[in-house]
Amino acid sequence: MKSLEIGRPIPRVDAYSKTTGQERYAADYYGENLVWAGVKRAGIAHALIKDIHIDDAKTLPGVISILTHKDIQGSNRQGMIRKDQPVLADNKVNHCGDAVALVLAEDKASLHKALDLITLDLEPLPGIFDPEKAIGEGAPLVHEGHPQGNVLFKGVLETGDIEIGFKECHAVVEACFELPHQEHAYLETEAGWAILKENGQLKIVVSTQSPFRDRSEVAEALGINVEKVRIIAPYCGGAFGGKDGVTVQTLLGLAVFHCPGRPIKMWWDREESFLASPKRHPARLYYRLGVKPDGALHALDVRFYYDTGPYDHLGGAVMALGLEHACGPYRISNVSLKGFCVYTNSPIGGAFRGFGVPQVTAAMEQMMDMMATQLGLSPFEIRKRNAIRCGDKNPIGISVTGSTGFEECLKTLEEHYLWKKRNEWKSKAGPFKKRGVGIASVMHGMGYGPVVPDFANAKIELTREGKFRVFSGVVDIGQGNASTYLQIAGAILNQDMAHMELVLPDTESALPSGSASASRTTSTFGNALIGAAQSLKHRVLQRAAIYFMAKEIKEVDLIPGGVNHFTTGKEIPLSEMFHILDDSEKVAAYTFTAPTAKENPTEDQNLRLHGVPHLIFSYGVHLCYVEVDELTGNIEVKRYLAVSDCGRIINPQTFEQQIHGGIAQGIGYALCEEFIVKEGRVRTPDLATYIIPTALDVPEMDSIPLESYEPTGPFGLKGAGEISIDGPLPAIANAVADACGVRLFRSPFTPERVLKALKERENREFEH
Amino acid sequence: MKINFVLNGKGRVLNAPSDRRVIDFLREDLGLTGTKESCGAGECGVCTILVDGESRLSCLMFAAQLEGRNVLTIEGLASEETLHPMQEAFVQFGAVQCGFCTPGMILSALDLLKRNPHPTRTEIREGLSGNLCRCTGYQKIVDAVEATACKKEKGPPL
Repeated sequence: MKSLEIGRPIPRVDAYSKTTGQERYAADYYGENLVWAGVKRAGIAHALIKDIHIDDAKTLPGVISILTHKDIQGSNRQGMIRKDQPVLADNKVNHCGDAVALVLAEDKASLHKALDLITLDLEPLPGIFDPEKAIGEGAPLVHEGHPQGNVLFKGVLETGDIEIGFKECHAVVEACFELPHQEHAYLETEAGWAILKENGQLKIVVSTQSPFRDRSEVAEALGINVEKVRIIAPYCGGAFGGKDGVTVQTLLGLAVFHCPGRPIKMWWDREESFLASPKRHPARLYYRLGVKPDGALHALDVRFYYDTGPYDHLGGAVMALGLEHACGPYRISNVSLKGFCVYTNSPIGGAFRGFGVPQVTAAMEQMMDMMATQLGLSPFEIRKRNAIRCGDKNPIGISVTGSTGFEECLKTLEEHYLWKKRNEWKSKAGPFKKRGVGIASVMHGMGYGPVVPDFANAKIELTREGKFRVFSGVVDIGQGNASTYLQIAGAILNQDMAHMELVLPDTESALPSGSASASRTTSTFGNALIGAAQSLKHRVLQRAAIYFMAKEIKEVDLIPGGVNHFTTGKEIPLSEMFHILDDSEKVAAYTFTAPTAKENPTEDQNLRLHGVPHLIFSYGVHLCYVEVDELTGNIEVKRYLAVSDCGRIINPQTFEQQIHGGIAQGIGYALCEEFIVKEGRVRTPDLATYIIPTALDVPEMDSIPLESYEPTGPFGLKGAGEISIDGPLPAIANAVADACGVRLFRSPFTPERVLKALKERENREFEH
Repeated sequence: MKINFVLNGKGRVLNAPSDRRVIDFLREDLGLTGTKESCGAGECGVCTILVDGESRLSCLMFAAQLEGRNVLTIEGLASEETLHPMQEAFVQFGAVQCGFCTPGMILSALDLLKRNPHPTRTEIREGLSGNLCRCTGYQKIVDAVEATACKKEKGPPL
């Protein structure tokens, strides 16, 4: 078998066990004497808890225990930055999905009966569901003690002089954009399995993106020693940000103490998942953009509101990343950006692939097209004239360094046949069909930003069987990073897949390496792994050189399964090297911390804590062909192209998977995914009402990676997990405007909204 | 009740309550966790199994309905050492990401090729439109199914 190489499209190792059904997800854990755990949820958006009646349920046969906030020893609060979410609600209910009581039962049927028998004595409070109204005078408060009222977090970034800037402008465009919640809809809903072992260890197997952080959250909320908590993170059946943070972990941690020694399972059903999980923040964005006569962007004024529901989750950080990306990959000298992340009684807003960037990109990229129309420029030309380059200051005043391939992306698009043939394609629209082509620029920062250290610790060991075992510290939530880790280590150690082994994240064996998020997963851990693999390689070769009595280490090198001595042609298997190495030499670890920006765009330490600014960005430009049916209002995306600068590609196949997947989710976000919430109540509780794209809704996609090189990345790589979801909505919106001259400022662009817009346009034309 | 049926090629006589959902019967009673559950309401296709060669949603079937039937779950598809060509194609073409839709998707694809051995890409998309995938954007799944169909055309199954 050939040794692993960087840049080759190697099939993922997990694909084998996943196609045969052998891979064990958190949802697949059961066991003898299993206890089923479930949660009674509030069902009302805002209320005082007067009483929780559990007596009827408690006496039901098959019920083991019913627990409320009174049974929690610790802080009963969880959260990643601001710990504002109770494990079990104590005095107040803040959204419909709040957990109020935890039931442990012998079987699923008893569990569901018991949940029905629990009644809540609630005193309803007026709810607040609009983030802009929530910060107005007299709005009901979600957290009475919060010093800024319902404002969880406000961020401001300013450069130049916005007033003078606009006075110097030749043309100004203004608009307001409204975007709804987006639900992750991962196919494996929240699932976990736990047991309290005899030695007092709390072992939790859970579908999570953040095992090490979960460990401390569970310990603190429940008041137990963190060393007693062990989190094991199998492959996730999808996560996309929704499992970054605690879901079932604390509830299971509480449950185990009430049936020690017995395995406990909690697996939310689809409706519960939709109700209780965090979603992409609904947003309202006010944009005002001004240009000079030559089309140079000169002033941008932005004010936006993200609805984070009642809990921070990662809402503050999501808003901050949106703020940082609000101007797109352009040069603009006068900028005023204000972002508000606001508490309401809506479902929780949290991390979702893109992390606040899809909303601002939706606005900015439509502004660019609106401005182009006003100036009589092509959408391509206005982007080209303003494209950010290495050496520029970005609009928030940070020097652009490192690989910056945005202009290259534009150039690649310009030469692509889908761009060149666009007019020919558009001219062939059938009766009652309108065709349009749209583009959108994208950029996406990588990592945690300047304050929270973005570090990873890789560990690798030589096994008795003569294999190299990589201890992954960052969860594989479906994106294939675990496999890429083997590829990276295998390439350094010159091994084939048969001589590589993988251990998935387990707080007992892996080293803390942060969350599977922020487009950092392959980059940060990959860098750490390079260090660990090189260090182990050096040790093995040093020992082998002595074994072969070589004059210098250069005479030996690793080959798949062994070490070769070039001078004599002799080989020694790695399984024998295992016995030659001292125990302490068989394991190597290496820590890597991602570099951060040296410049500082703000004096606001809180904004810096929430991640502003980033140093390294991936870039791209998207193009789509759409066809609009004038009779039904239906929009069909016919073709899609994504050109991406994500640095050097380690595995072209897994890279393309990321690009394709993000585009599909972005198409859903643009066209059909409308999470409807009325007075805090979810009106789209299932996959029949919340529509995600099927195989018929996603077109054939072309993905072209620029082969750029990012000096700080492993083998030149930059993050690629999120950037592709930033582009589809504005690209489609721009294509629809190109097709039929209407722009919808509220998404998703459902047939009803399109028809209405077409009708209004018709009426306007008639009046004129 | 006693249920007499063929499961992954082997005749079985098993006891189960007649109203036990097939998905629970497979996963909890028989330990066959390769069949996944995602919506529990027949909306996503994740729990697809083959019953007498046709795709069925195991979350919408009761154990009693298996009486006398021939059931194939994802665990029964590969032989000892070798993957089924469809599984191999899913691996090689990168059709697997999180993998939670994969078992159901593969079985639906086999049902499709049985009914239509040489589907166009659009026909593949139609055939798989009852199986949701949230990761891949479907293109590589279509590639894998197309390649499997083409290979079959050329010669005996791999």
